[in-house]
Formats: sequence, C-alpha cells, structure tokens
Amino acid sequence: MTDDLDRLKAALKAAEPAPDPARKAEALARAMAEFDRVQGMADVRRPMSSRPEGAGFWTGVTAMFSKLTSRAALAGTASVAVVGLGVILIAPYGQRPDAPPALKIDEAATAPATVPATPPAPQETAVAVGPAAEGTAGGAAPAEAAGQAAVTAAAPDTAPEAVADQASRSLAASDGSADSSAGMLLAEEPMVAEQEAPAAEYSAAPPAGALTRAVPGRSRVATEAAPGILPMAAPPPVADTLAMPLPAPDTEAFPEADRNPLKITAEEPVSTFSVDVDTASYAVVRSSLNAGYLPPPEAVRIEEMVNYFPYAWPAPGEGEGPFRTTVSVAETPWNPGTRLVTLALKGRMPAVEDRPPLNLVFLVDTSGSMQDANKLPLLKQSLRLMLPELRPEDQVAIVAYAGSAGVMLAPTAATEREAISAALDRLEAGGSTAGQEGLALAYTVARKMAGEGEVTRVLLATDGDFNVGVSDPEELKRYVERERQSGTYLSVLGFGRGNLDDATMQALAQNGNGTAAYIDTLNEARKVLVDELSGALFPIANDVKVQIEWNPATVAEYRLIGYETRALAREDFSNDRVDAGEIGAGHTVTAIYEITPVGSPARATEPLRYGASAEAPEPAETAPAGFADELGFLRLRYKEPGSATSTLVQTPIITEGPDGGAEARFAAAIAGFGQLLTDAPMLGDWGWDEAIRLASENRGEDPFGYRAEAVNLMRLAQSLSR
Amino acid sequence: METPDEALALAAAGGDREAFAALLSRHYDRILRLAWRLLGSPAEAEDLTQDLCIALPAKLGGFRGQARFTTWLHRVVVNAAHDRRRRAATRAKAADGWGDWEVARRAADDAAAEAAGWLHRAMGALPDDLRDTVALVLGEEMTHREAGEILGVSEGTVSWRMSEVKKHLRTIAAAEGMA
Repeated sequence: MTDDLDRLKAALKAAEPAPDPARKAEALARAMAEFDRVQGMADVRRPMSSRPEGAGFWTGVTAMFSKLTSRAALAGTASVAVVGLGVILIAPYGQRPDAPPALKIDEAATAPATVPATPPAPQETAVAVGPAAEGTAGGAAPAEAAGQAAVTAAAPDTAPEAVADQASRSLAASDGSADSSAGMLLAEEPMVAEQEAPAAEYSAAPPAGALTRAVPGRSRVATEAAPGILPMAAPPPVADTLAMPLPAPDTEAFPEADRNPLKITAEEPVSTFSVDVDTASYAVVRSSLNAGYLPPPEAVRIEEMVNYFPYAWPAPGEGEGPFRTTVSVAETPWNPGTRLVTLALKGRMPAVEDRPPLNLVFLVDTSGSMQDANKLPLLKQSLRLMLPELRPEDQVAIVAYAGSAGVMLAPTAATEREAISAALDRLEAGGSTAGQEGLALAYTVARKMAGEGEVTRVLLATDGDFNVGVSDPEELKRYVERERQSGTYLSVLGFGRGNLDDATMQALAQNGNGTAAYIDTLNEARKVLVDELSGALFPIANDVKVQIEWNPATVAEYRLIGYETRALAREDFSNDRVDAGEIGAGHTVTAIYEITPVGSPARATEPLRYGASAEAPEPAETAPAGFADELGFLRLRYKEPGSATSTLVQTPIITEGPDGGAEARFAAAIAGFGQLLTDAPMLGDWGWDEAIRLASENRGEDPFGYRAEAVNLMRLAQSLSR
Repeated sequence: METPDEALALAAAGGDREAFAALLSRHYDRILRLAWRLLGSPAEAEDLTQDLCIALPAKLGGFRGQARFTTWLHRVVVNAAHDRRRRAATRAKAADGWGDWEVARRAADDAAAEAAGWLHRAMGALPDDLRDTVALVLGEEMTHREAGEILGVSEGTVSWRMSEVKKHLRTIAAAEGMA
C-alpha cells in the first residue's frame, strides 16, 4: 500500500512548478518595501510617555474587572465598593470612542506648552489625586487607555474579522494572565482602591481634547495594520491554528508628541518644560542609521540627541547651587532672521570619593525576546563593565523576571565580583515577560538593602516588552512613583530593537526619577555605565523645571526645539507636587529656543492690529522701562535631594548675551540633525551639507569621539535620505 | 558556514534589512512549492507566496526563536493557505486548484498529462485536512511528529490521516481498474 503513497509523492515532486523569475523578483521587491515600511512604522502613532490620568481610567476599570474575576480579589469588600463606582462611570467613557473624531488635532496642536485642557483641579484635588497631577505634565498626551478601548470598539467596523479576532484574543489572553498573578494583585489591592477613587473625581472634567484625539489615532492603527497583513496574514480563527504566533505588525512603541509649534509671544509669553537628561533617543537613531534605514520620526527626540553629548559649559563654583546656568544668544544657522537662545545647565561634580554608598538592584528581563546577541549577552557584558566602578561599601543584587520572577543574587558586597559575575552567567532568556512582578520583587530587595545616607536604585534592563500579566502602564507608573517617594529610584536601560517599548521605558524612568538610556553597543554601555555612572546614579537636583517668560517687546515669536514629551503647564511650574526631570552629578542639560526678534523680516505671523494684547507698533516705547534689553526672564525650580520644597532661581536673558561659542554651535548642529530627521519645515533650504559642516567645524576637543561619530551618522543619514 | 535561519530571522525581526533579504531569497522557492502543494494551482501558489512575502516583515516580530524557523514558516504558510481556501470557498468552489481539471489538460505530452491527471484526481479526492497532511509528509518529507507540530494536531492524528490517504488512493485505484 505504501506504493500508492510513493506514487503520490513522486507525482507531487514531478509536477512541482518552477518559480516564475519575474514574479519572484516582484514578490521579493515588494517584501523589501514592506519590510522598510514596517521598520519605519511610517504612520503608526503612539502614545507619549505621560498619559492623562483621566484617560487611564478605562484601563483601570478593565483591569479591575479582570482582577475581580479571580476569587481571591473578591474577598476585599472595599474593592467591591469601588467596583460599584466603576460601573456607574463606565457609561460615559464607554461611549467616548464613538465620539466624532472631528474635534481632534487643532486643540492638541496648541496644547503642549499651555495645556488649558488641564483639568481645573484645584490644589486640594491634586493632593488627593497624586498621580493625576503627573498626568497633566503631558497635557496633550493622547490616552493609551482610551485608545485601547477604541480599538476594540473600532475593530469590528473598520477591519475585517482578522483584527476583531486578534483583539478579542488578546483580551482573552489578558484575562488569563490576570488570574495567574492573582496572588500579587491581592497584595496590591489597597493601592488600587486608593487610586481608582480619584479617577472618579476626574471624570467630572475629562481632558476631552486628549481623549478624542487618541481615538482617531488608535483606530487608524487598527485599520492600517489590517490591510498590511490582511492578504494572508490573519490567522484564521480555527482552533488548530492557535499555535501560530499572532501577527505583530509593529511592536516598537515610541512616545507620540507633536513637534513644538511656533508660539506668538504676545499671545503666549510663557514656556514651561521639565529638564531631560535621557539619551535613549540618540542611541536608537544611531542603531537605525547603522542598520541602514532612517529612524521613524517619532523615535527622534531632539533634546535627547542634544543632551547625549558632553558639553564644556562652566561648572558651578564653590558655594553656588547644585548646577550653573549659562544662557547664550547666537545667530540661527538655518535662518538669518532669527536667533537661537541656548540654555545650558551644568551639574556639580562632587568628588567621587565623597559619594554615598550605593545599593544597586539589577532587574534583568530574561524573557524569550531577550536572547538575541544584542540583548541579554550585551547586557551581561555591560553590567560586568560597571562592576569595577563600584566600591567595597556598595552592594549589588540581581533579580530576574520572565515567566516567574526570582532573586538571582541576594544583596552582595560589590567586591565579590566573582559571585556577581557567576550570577550574571546564570541568567538565561526564556519565557514571557511579567514586568511588574519582577519590579515588585526588585523593590522589596532594594528596601532591604537601603540604609541611612545611602543611594538605592533599581536598574531595569529590558527590551521594553512589558506585555504579559498586569501590564497596565498607568498602574506600573503609579507603582514606580510610589516607590520613588519611598526613596528608591529607577533607571531603565533599553536593549535591542524589534519590540522596544520606548514609551513605557520613558514613562517608567521619568516617574522613577531615573534616566532612560538605550544600549546598542558595548561602547554605549561604557559611556552610560562607566563614564557617566556617577551622573546616572547620584541625583544632585530633583524635579528641575524651566520656565521662560519672553518679552513681547523684543521677541515676536519663539519655538522650543525638542522637549515635546516634557512640556509642563504654566501652573505646574510652582506646584511642587508636579514631578519633573532630575539632574545627576556632572550632567549637562541643554535646551534651545529659536526666537524671532521684533522687527525681523523672518517673522512668520503678522502683528495684530486690534486688541489689548497686541503689541504696539513701536515696542521700544511701550516696553516697561529698563526691559528693552531683555529677551525674556528665566526661572528655574529644583529640589535638593530629599527635600520636598523647591528653590527658585531667576535671571533675565540679555539681548546681547554671549554667543556660547563652539559648544552652542555644536548643539545647534545636533538640533538641526534632529529636525532634518523629522522633516521639520522650519529649516528652509538648510540641509545635510550645512548641518554636517556646522557639526564638524565645532567638534571641539571631543576626547572620546562622540561628536566625530555624530558627524559620521549625519553623513550616513544624508546618504539614506537621498 | 551559512548563517542559521533562526539567527537571520531574529536579526530581520530586529530591523536588519540584509538578513531579511537573505532569509527571503533562501526560502522563496520552498514557500512557493508548499503553497502549490496546498492549493494545487501554480497561479494561486504564486499569488499566495507574494502575499506571504509582503506579510512576512510584520509577522517576523512573532518569531521568537523558540521553534525552528522552517517549522514556524511552514505553519505560517499552512495557515495562510487555509485562510485563502476559506475565502475562496465563499467565492466559488471552482477556485480549488486540485479540483480544477483544466490544469491537468494543459500538460505538455500524454504521459505527463496522464501523470498530472492522476495527481489531480488523487489530490482532488482528498479532503482539505488530508491534503495538508500529504503536502507536509510527502511533499516536505517531514516526520509525522513535525507535521503534527505544524498542523497543530498530535503525531497520532497525522499517522491516522496518512492511513486515510491510503484508503482514498486505493478507492481511486479500484475505480481506475474498473474503468
């Protein structure tokens, strides 16, 4: 009888069609184009790191329901009462995704700095809300939560069965995982109860702009992803195909934020933002360019590119504050009619010997996705590089998280390098990621290690794939924030590409008073973990906020280059409860404004003829006496580590200030680089050639070659963008 | 030595363009052959293969390196073929390649026509699940365990299906013997 099978086999082999070369070439070419599109993620918008609290409410309720399906959680009567509240509130929110998308962008476009949408929560509520104030930091942030709700709502309409199927399956998946981690959830119950309540308050004034905007954003993802994968990709909803991995059209997530628009001084003279010492974006851009493609525009955060480089700004002298501010005014390379105001902060570098003992918990992601050479192996090498920098009184612990979290190395003195190294060797990739369980364990270990006068920090190393278990980003953020208040900070090291969840990394680091760095090479690991170890781990000023009031008599228009994800509302500046960025030992922070002086031919808007706020035709006459030589007024707030109240530093910005020299020009070149990568229209004819020349002429001393590398990257980007 | 598929796939998933190109050109023919065995029509197979090529960049993110790349790829192809078949079924029954006798008649010479005719009769007589099993076990020369892994059924089910295939072939042989 096998004869029949052999005959069939032979016949099958004999009749095999030869591939048609033309069709093959076509298929391969189209596949490559698709590959570029997927990698470029051309149009997929992502939420930015800080999301409005009100919008997180929906996920909160969903998460709550999934938790309550577990028997354990039902035990708490308090939480049952909260559910009652939740149920009532679902209705208005549930309908939100159907709201007409017409209201969307306009409101958001003007929002980043001003954020009138900030819920009119009086101070009192802010106290109760706590994390809610956090939400307002990114006023215009589209809401991930609402977006997700929208996907489920939009999928059946907009995309054929494939998407709906996928959505329902992922819902099912999250149900299951909620159960599996029930034990941990139980422990968190009080926290949930506490936090859902303020959310209810919030619903009285939902940030409507943010919500409606998130809806079109996300549902577009659903519809766009669908045609891309539809032809064949959708797994048929047949039971025996469940084994196949779900299509993953795009698993990298970058924060979404519109570029800062031009502001008219007369209408909106005050600009407020939080400092940012992260450098992750530059490394992501570099890894993209070195791989031969232009980075997706939303991966480019200009301030992180500018701040990647060390600058020789003057350091604070004895008896001065923790950092020194330098403001310079120079010509704009890309527009002769405007000026660049460069604001630089240089942190004090305390003597290394004086630093307090350090307790480090390495929280290592060992999920299956971490097994690539540029992930777990690079991570191990990186952490080994760091060990010699530690001192005998420092302590190290290692916690791994994957399917199950575990302490791989109990707190150990940093001198026992062998033991630490052996523990690193034992880390192996496998299993899925349950980020929060690992985080909880890491914090528990960190609390045990903490001592008086010591610095305790959790160093999370991950490819950013927090996708299994309780992974509500809002909840994670709140958790990190609570731990921050108890004195344990969190820094995030990103590894690898493919499913880098940049948005979550950013959110975690920002809320944990830490930095987010992306490590793509061992050299980068050296820069982050060895050269900048002290800066990354020892904060010298917390919650550093910058506010500039521009003088309408001298400045017609202004534009902050970068810092989109760091915009603060004007009133947040003096509200010490609103979190902001930290400056570490020796850090430099550089921010650049492009301003259009009054009377400049480069002015893009016409002055108003009517209205009290319109500037007078002769500004010099109407300007308050003595202010005609000031471009604006700079206010800085920061908190000394451990202090809850902020210190205010103020200084005017003089029209004829110093020009900042080569350092400012190099920063401008990098700002130009970032803008070229994002197709910013402000540059006019100024292009790659000019940017490369400017950067290369102002490389300065550049002892480690970082600036030379940047010039090479710019040349690479120039070739790729042709 | 050639870079293993798995390494290429992970590199491609991580954004390595060259790795993706290498992987695709290495496996294009394999995908096409399997698609043809599953669908029966060379034209349909070409279409399916092209669609798959375009879908692969997005799907590669789902390859975690836990399975062999070829196993994963086979599964993707089989699922895609199922899907196409399902949609074709709602359009018209005639789209089923193995059931399409026209294809056989176009063969060059009589012997080839005879062989192709028999192949089409044999494959056309098989229900979809048996045909898929044949495509993997006979076409790809897989073990029953491997085929089961891809089809999402047990090894025993594959063995049982192959014995069913034999029964079908015997029925055809009997019918031809009588003619």
